[in-house]
Amino acid sequence: MTTQPSNDSSKSKLSWSARFAQSPLLLRIAQAWEALLARRWLLPVLLVIGLALSFLIPQFRLVNEYVQLIMMYVGINIIMTISLNLINGYMGEFSVGHAGFMAVGAYIGALLTTQVLPYAWLEGPLVMIVFPLIVLAGGAGAALVGLLVAVPSFRTRGDYLAIVTLAFNMIVKSVIENIEAIGGPRGIPGIDKLTTMPWVFFWTVLAVWVIRNFIYSNFGRGVLSLREDEIASDLMSVNTRQVKLLAFVLSSFFAGIGGALFAHLLQFISPRVFDIIKSTDFLIMVYLGGIGSIGGSVLGATIYTVLLEVLRPLQVWRFVLMPLLLVFLMLYRPRGIMGLREFRWFVPNSELLVGKKKEVGNAAAD
Amino acid sequence: MIYILQQSLNALQLGSIYALIALGYTMVYGILTMINFAHGDLFMVGAFFGFMAALAFKLPFIPTLLISMIGVGLLGVAIERVAYKPLRQAPRVSAIITALGVGIFLENLTLVFYPYPQSVPQLLQNITWTIGGVTVSSLQIIIILMSLGLMVLLDFIVRRTMVGMAMRAVSWDKTIVPLMGVPVNLVISITFAIGTSLGGAAGVMYSQAFPVIDPYMGIMIGWKAFISAVVGGIGNIRGAMIGGFILGGVEIMVAAFLPSTYRDFVAFTLLLVLLIFRPYGILGQPRPQKV
Repeated sequence: MTTQPSNDSSKSKLSWSARFAQSPLLLRIAQAWEALLARRWLLPVLLVIGLALSFLIPQFRLVNEYVQLIMMYVGINIIMTISLNLINGYMGEFSVGHAGFMAVGAYIGALLTTQVLPYAWLEGPLVMIVFPLIVLAGGAGAALVGLLVAVPSFRTRGDYLAIVTLAFNMIVKSVIENIEAIGGPRGIPGIDKLTTMPWVFFWTVLAVWVIRNFIYSNFGRGVLSLREDEIASDLMSVNTRQVKLLAFVLSSFFAGIGGALFAHLLQFISPRVFDIIKSTDFLIMVYLGGIGSIGGSVLGATIYTVLLEVLRPLQVWRFVLMPLLLVFLMLYRPRGIMGLREFRWFVPNSELLVGKKKEVGNAAAD
Repeated sequence: MIYILQQSLNALQLGSIYALIALGYTMVYGILTMINFAHGDLFMVGAFFGFMAALAFKLPFIPTLLISMIGVGLLGVAIERVAYKPLRQAPRVSAIITALGVGIFLENLTLVFYPYPQSVPQLLQNITWTIGGVTVSSLQIIIILMSLGLMVLLDFIVRRTMVGMAMRAVSWDKTIVPLMGVPVNLVISITFAIGTSLGGAAGVMYSQAFPVIDPYMGIMIGWKAFISAVVGGIGNIRGAMIGGFILGGVEIMVAAFLPSTYRDFVAFTLLLVLLIFRPYGILGQPRPQKV
């Protein structure tokens, strides 16, 4: 925007965006928005409304099936993005294999539903108890695998850890392709559609809540200190191995949960679904929203998922347009939409008192 | 024995292509400490440039290769100027994500023009000889020799010329070196031009060896070349060559003696094991960390 032709620069020195930001209407909207964000009671109210809506929307078909499906994908993508943000944003590592953890969770969940559990368990009211357990099993399996990936992270950092996670993603895909018992390259078709909107809402809120509390816990401080300087935090008696292990396990746990939900929503999974392109999608959502920000993850996942659907009429061109938008966003806002900032809703009360003096936990980090 | 020799030849062919692409990754990393994730897609664009040149002008192999190299080199420089240069002071991941975005953009823009896989015309007369039971095709020989030639040329440029000296200087330090009169931006552009044109050359050679090309072919090969660069020690030019040949060798040998679906699995597991024992790659040196 700064390199526009100078023929009308005599009229005003201000750039178009600056003039736009100075318009009184926009200013008032911004102020109102700011005031709204400061209301602490808003979050619980929104949560209750959201929960109610998640029951009401499928019940009374407030929006059509297609929009419902997109809303559920948004929820799953928020879970995936926020768990990836824990590693990439808060811990400052560069994990590029998040779809691998998702695959583990999805396959465990799908296998439990299609092959292990008796069909009677999945019918009637019993499913209300069985399905969360299936999802939890998917998460637990992914967490175990996350433990394996965390071990190399003790020795390697940065680009080399990126390779480890990348290789892990490809290994998971390759292993699944080579086991005929779980469908091999053909995948698992006909998974029961157990994922419903209230469940997606529940797991999404749980993921956001757990990860937020983790970030503001003692371990979370350790995670942040690892991002700033690993050696220094080691010297300050942060148990770096334990912190890394916990962060990886927690992140992969929620990725597995996202995977299990995804499998029971799409009803068909195959190794091809969880390749490196899927991981790239989550990376884009994290950096679009902004690293080290829960609000950013929620925004990033929502905007990316919805935008891809809104642009559907453009057909092939939307996949040309989307990366261009991403590039321009990175050029003009290299830290993403929220970039290390946070909605005040997501910050615990005790932090806000300290935060009056200085933004704790959000110190500048590159 | 003959089988092993035959497969070694195939391994050399694949390895030289991996090595050529890996050089692009490692050169850009060496000078900007940035992973150019669009590089795999520039390789794909190179294959398509070669395809277009071969179809439109009916050119023989060498001019096609040159057109593709020049085209991809210019594209690489343009991408660096537009997308990466403004981000030099930004956090490192922003540049990486931008590179990912550029890569996806290139893939899908190509997809708009070529929605279906294209088969590439044979540009070289393929003669096969049988030497002691091993079948050698002229195409294989040309690919291997040309890649080796390009690598030797690159090594010469980096180690023996003024431009190469400037490149090494810029990769060493970006604050002092400009004060010595080294035009940093020009050097970075030259690095991009050389690195990406090598990727373009690899694209043309690959499309001659495996003559069906599609817009997404660069993803997997790009990641594998990146892995080669890391195995060799990223930022190290000779390391990238070694890494490319190692990965090509491992892949071909696994496919030769095990079911070919195990190829990726074994290759990546080996990579993980290697990284656990040599976390900075084969030729890489751990950078001293200052506290």
